[in-house]
Amino acid sequence: MAENPIEPIHQFQIHDIIPLGDVGGIHFGFTNSALLMVISVAAVTALMLVPTTGRRLVPTRMQLIAEQLYTFVADMIDASAGHEAMRFFPLVFSLFTFILFSNWLGLLPFSFTVASHVIVTAALAVLVFLIVLIYGLMRNGLGFFKLFVPSGIPWFVIWLVVPIEVVSFLSRPISHSLRLWGNMLAGHIVLKVFGGMVVGLASIGVFGSIIAILPLSMAVALTALELLVGALQAFVFAVLTCVYLHDAYHPAH
Amino acid sequence: MDPEAAKLMGKYIGAGIACIGMGGAGVGVGIIFGNYLAGALRNPAAAASQFSNLIFGFAITEAMGIFSLVIGFLLLYAV
Repeated sequence: MAENPIEPIHQFQIHDIIPLGDVGGIHFGFTNSALLMVISVAAVTALMLVPTTGRRLVPTRMQLIAEQLYTFVADMIDASAGHEAMRFFPLVFSLFTFILFSNWLGLLPFSFTVASHVIVTAALAVLVFLIVLIYGLMRNGLGFFKLFVPSGIPWFVIWLVVPIEVVSFLSRPISHSLRLWGNMLAGHIVLKVFGGMVVGLASIGVFGSIIAILPLSMAVALTALELLVGALQAFVFAVLTCVYLHDAYHPAH
Repeated sequence: MDPEAAKLMGKYIGAGIACIGMGGAGVGVGIIFGNYLAGALRNPAAAASQFSNLIFGFAITEAMGIFSLVIGFLLLYAV
């Protein structure tokens, strides 16, 4: 499978850049996935630190980007989670910028999309789930479980509604992680399928090369779409984090 | 038919059937954006305030399509 260069899932292979050896039968190494994560974090940090070291009243272009990004996330938390949830601003901002940057950097040739591995997105989603659960219990005590009993429900439907609410609460990290993973995986597979069509058509001669313009232009258009999807999925992940945090603050709905 | 070939056939047919579910997600996403557009044209002043609700509904609906896609991938590459 790996020998075929047109294989569309070849791009998701993880390989060691710096092997660190085996500890207790578990392989450790600095992989291409880890490298892209470090690059993403470094890019976000640079974007936020470099333009704001010499703050100006009339912002430079880079400072404007940093400020817009900050205001965007702050407005999002204000609208979806309520103003008191601003204490979770660092979490939501980190999640949003990390996913945004890793998605966009993953579109570069020869790079790697971090979110195309379900373990990465699952770790992020479980982090959000546990924060909501623990903070909700800390803040509301056992009153947090009012989340599962919607108000204004007749008594004879409660036995039906409560299990549904419990299941929907427990399935949140699953849908939260699979959404980002599925979008990234599917988008990149489609891109590589069209790329493979270009190579296949161009290899059969001049006529094929002319036809190959069609999938090539499709691949260009899909790359533009993937830029949109990458930003949209980062936004969706952050908005859903805000919506879940809202439940931790207001369990009785 | 030998059992290995039957297994392979079932795998590919199952993956194809699983992808039908994405059609439902497509209909749902279309309904959401269409209704948002209809509402936004009737009352443009309220449109901006409902944008995050739009994205939330889109994300919830789209998850169903992604689930069927994941089942398809699991059948193709993991079974």
